[in-house]
Amino acid sequence: MTQVRVLVGTRKGAFILHSDSTRKRWEVDGPHFAGWEVYHMKGSPVDPDRLYASQTSDWFGQIIQRSSDGGKTWEQPGTPKGEPVTDEQGMPKGESNKFVYDTSEETGKPLTTHQWYDGSAHPWEFKRVWHLEPALDDPDTVYAGVEDAALFRSSDGAKTWQEMPGLRGHGSGKDWAPGAGGMCLHTILLDPTDKQRIYVAISAAGAFRSDDAGETWRPINNGLVSDYIPDPTAEIGHCVHRIDMHPANPNVLYMQKHWDVMRSENGGESWTEVSGDLPSDFGFPIAVHAHEPETIYVIPITSDSLHYPPEGKLRVYRSRGGGNDWEALSKGLPQKDCYVNVLRDAMCVDSLESCGIYFGTTGGQVYCSADSGDNWQAIVRDLPPVLSVEVQTID
Amino acid sequence: MTDSHQIRVQIPFHLQTLAHCDKEVGLQVQGRVSVLSIVRALEKRYPMLAGTIIDHHSGKRQPKVRFYADGEDVSLQALDSALPEVIRLGEQPLMIIGAISGG
Repeated sequence: MTQVRVLVGTRKGAFILHSDSTRKRWEVDGPHFAGWEVYHMKGSPVDPDRLYASQTSDWFGQIIQRSSDGGKTWEQPGTPKGEPVTDEQGMPKGESNKFVYDTSEETGKPLTTHQWYDGSAHPWEFKRVWHLEPALDDPDTVYAGVEDAALFRSSDGAKTWQEMPGLRGHGSGKDWAPGAGGMCLHTILLDPTDKQRIYVAISAAGAFRSDDAGETWRPINNGLVSDYIPDPTAEIGHCVHRIDMHPANPNVLYMQKHWDVMRSENGGESWTEVSGDLPSDFGFPIAVHAHEPETIYVIPITSDSLHYPPEGKLRVYRSRGGGNDWEALSKGLPQKDCYVNVLRDAMCVDSLESCGIYFGTTGGQVYCSADSGDNWQAIVRDLPPVLSVEVQTID
Repeated sequence: MTDSHQIRVQIPFHLQTLAHCDKEVGLQVQGRVSVLSIVRALEKRYPMLAGTIIDHHSGKRQPKVRFYADGEDVSLQALDSALPEVIRLGEQPLMIIGAISGG
């Protein structure tokens, strides 16, 4: 029987929510990694029991965790049970937690600094992994988007990581600057029809595309307009919050920018605003329906200074035509005195016949709609602030 | 012949849960007893702690981690500075603590 498994990362640990396909009764498992921030968890599309988690702390740095049994047990891939825990010199391995920027003479040379908030040059400093994206065809290959912004890849089940330096090194890296949340690479999209094509997005640099499996990159921000930067139509500098695509139509991209909801019909070559009649076009996540490539979801937030829903009403907005015309979805969501936020990695969809939509809030609620957004229920109400939500549909 | 010292170290809650160990750990340290040699011995016993106290990249103390020895804050000393005799003799533990934040 089909099951759904919702992977929730929070400020104080990870939680795994289980239900059958009715999505009416839920079991809550957790906290895993209690007390640590879990920025993101995601399962392999090839092997759903293979999960990866980013466990992180402002005090103690970055830990990568891996599960091979759907989250029942976890291990650090660099120190698996039964293997030597030290290298030949007797030093601890711990490779799975090492994200070392490429500083080689050949490719590392142009990667020395980016811009700081005040415009001064600032060295790249690794802080944490924001997003883990398992490959579409291999459970041992996984990509990591990190702060300060860079893309890493592991092909040994997250045991060791190598930077893909072509992204930082393509030329504009020295001009990237952090957004309010830090200079993070938060979105990684793998084109299911073209193994060579990868999209990433960085706050506050913009969107980038590779057509050679991550070797070389170029900015794809034509059409974005950001009034809060010195040149509103600059090639880079845009605070992109999230991008999503439908796997059946991967040339069509949807973006929630700092302000503005955008659409591209040509793999990011150009973008058109589709904010239409939204009550606010500021927000963080954006998601595409599992079976309707033109049906998209956003959660409007009042403004960049007021990170809560307009009028204190938590509403998801759905467009069935790829943007511009939006309808508010509020049945089952709080419509009074609600002042939570929904972060960029905290909305997702399942692939059941009646598509399920999920999102988590900074107030600790995780909501589910089992009917494409028409009706909502809280799966759980009192978790720590939710950082990320992913769902797996398991046959 | 290298001196061997049986020392004690206390680690913060989140590192205890990560390493599945108690608050206080006894360790054998060879040669000079310093923060660096104690942390390396700790990491060797508990490899999952590698990088959590002394950063992988910079080789420096994680900014919000502090070290106390014999009632003194030794966080700003060089990591390989010799620690007081009470630490070397195991009479007192080296305390590794996470800086308090929040209100």
